[in-house]
Amino acid sequence: MNFLWTLRLAFSALMRNRSRSLLTMLGVIIGVGAVITTIAIGSGARVAVAAQINNLGSNMIVVLPGSVTTSGARTGTGGASTLTPDDGIAIAKLPGVAAVSPQVSVRTQVVSSGNNWQTTVSGVSPSYTYIRSWPMQSGTFFSQSDVDSAAKVCVLGQTVVTNLYPNGNSPLGTTVFINNVPFTVVGVLSAKGQSGIGQDQDDTVLVPYTSAMERLTGQTTVSSLMVSATDASQVNPVQSEITSLLEQRHRIVPPQQNDFNVRNLQDIAAAASSTASVMEFLLAGVAAVSLLVGGIGIMNIMLVSVTERTREIGLRMAVGARSGAILLQFLVEAFVLSTIGGFIGVVCGVGASAAISLFSHWPTVIPASSVVISVAFSALVGIFFGFYPARKASQLNPIEALRFE
Amino acid sequence: MGTTLTTALQTPVVEVRGLRKVYPLEDQEVIALVGVDLQIAQSEFVAVMGPSGSGKSTFMHIVGCLDRPTAGTYLFEGEDVAGYNADELADIRGLHLGFVFQAYNLLPRTTAIENVELPMIYAGVPPAQREAAALAAMDAVGVAHLRDHRPNQLSGGQQQRIAIARALVNNPSLLLADEPTGALDTKSSDDVMRLLQRLNDERGITIMLVTHEPDVAARAKRIVTFRDGRIASDEAAKQVVVS
Repeated sequence: MNFLWTLRLAFSALMRNRSRSLLTMLGVIIGVGAVITTIAIGSGARVAVAAQINNLGSNMIVVLPGSVTTSGARTGTGGASTLTPDDGIAIAKLPGVAAVSPQVSVRTQVVSSGNNWQTTVSGVSPSYTYIRSWPMQSGTFFSQSDVDSAAKVCVLGQTVVTNLYPNGNSPLGTTVFINNVPFTVVGVLSAKGQSGIGQDQDDTVLVPYTSAMERLTGQTTVSSLMVSATDASQVNPVQSEITSLLEQRHRIVPPQQNDFNVRNLQDIAAAASSTASVMEFLLAGVAAVSLLVGGIGIMNIMLVSVTERTREIGLRMAVGARSGAILLQFLVEAFVLSTIGGFIGVVCGVGASAAISLFSHWPTVIPASSVVISVAFSALVGIFFGFYPARKASQLNPIEALRFE
Repeated sequence: MGTTLTTALQTPVVEVRGLRKVYPLEDQEVIALVGVDLQIAQSEFVAVMGPSGSGKSTFMHIVGCLDRPTAGTYLFEGEDVAGYNADELADIRGLHLGFVFQAYNLLPRTTAIENVELPMIYAGVPPAQREAAALAAMDAVGVAHLRDHRPNQLSGGQQQRIAIARALVNNPSLLLADEPTGALDTKSSDDVMRLLQRLNDERGITIMLVTHEPDVAARAKRIVTFRDGRIASDEAAKQVVVS
């Protein structure tokens, strides 16, 4: 009486009813396949979001204005107008900071030679291309002297180029009217694609932040400051240095709340990926329920099998099988059934994931843990749902079992 | 042969005293065995007869350790097994008893030799020794050449011989045959009875046979008749010569 023999016995018993065994496994196969596929899609989405957030800029920290209370009413984050370009200049002097760019954004109509388009015009500094790791396609980015002189120059994103120059003319050197102010196009950005939240990043016009403040917004404050740390390990120290620097500069004393927010992209990435995780978890939960239903199918068939083989059980008991041996025999059978189903399910899930990436171009990633866990879970399902039929078999009365017709 | 003296000195294979079996059935009780005293010595060939409901099946189940008596003692080879639990009874069945049933009860879709090996698996005989032992048992009943046949390819007589080989494979102290010829035609039935007689004569295997056919019982050496849950008669069989 050994385990290997019991395993062989289980295989031969299952092979006797091939089509029934396969149909019984189907529940587990579909369950595991669904778990693997949903996790593959979820993980793929998470990896893609992470890549896109990285695409926003490396080691990036964003400083946003905080909320202010005006006659008792509090504005939301960014409601305060407290950040100035000078804050940015001060931050640039901190150790661990590679580059800083203020950002002043305004949504407005842009016009060029008879075509017009509504887009976001952002006032930034020349460091912007470095911070966003965003190379030029043609022309040059404006320089620090353009910033100092609040020059009327601009750089266009790809979407704006397509809409303002539909016949494919080069925009370089042409004039674009922003809020009726003429700006000369000095460069065109390369295509960057959608952001992690589905925003078209190429739908933008960049101008020196000084020009934006003087000629477009008329304000002395900026809507945010983008900071790039020298490397990933510097992100957290720089973040706290910025916080204390700005507390000093804005003269904030403890009971007062900070009138600014310092966030790094890792936080934003974590938030985005946790959203993806929740979705993934829900989908995997639904898939796990189908695995459970598969387990009930196994229990059902095992009960039928115990009834069908009552005489066999009686005979085994008569020739000396202890009830434990009978229990093990049926338990191993249910275990083999569900585990083979689990393995087939993994193969189906991997195939389905590959097909999804191939046909819908969704990225899919299959973590090894999802394979291990779903096979282990299907094995557990088999043992759990196989226990009741196996116990029923082991507790048969040998006399009645032998007489069973 | 002078075995009478040694037999008397040896411990009986089966010794029951005041054996009672009561089945609770709805609100009344069914008394299957009223109080049975019996001894079966080594190398005996006992036929147990009686009409249905006489208690002979219940008696066989208790002797076969498939059931436990309500009261009384059952000494199997001198050991009181009346209080044994299910696993201990399973071990007695596997190691010391061999069963032959009316319906053969061979495992379907399983070769003859694998069927014969089955009791050895539960008895923990190492795989290396099983095949030789199974073949020896099959040879003793003349079915060694059928080793790779499956039950559905065999006649009733052949199946019953394989079942007898299975019952003998662990060298049991007692072979229990429950209507072994009940499903067989006259010719096969005669073959099986000859085989049992030969095993008893030549190898001294103790046999207890349950039957309701007088001519089958007549092939045994001793006939015990049950009636209404007790032994009505216990006598030596008149030896019949089979032509």
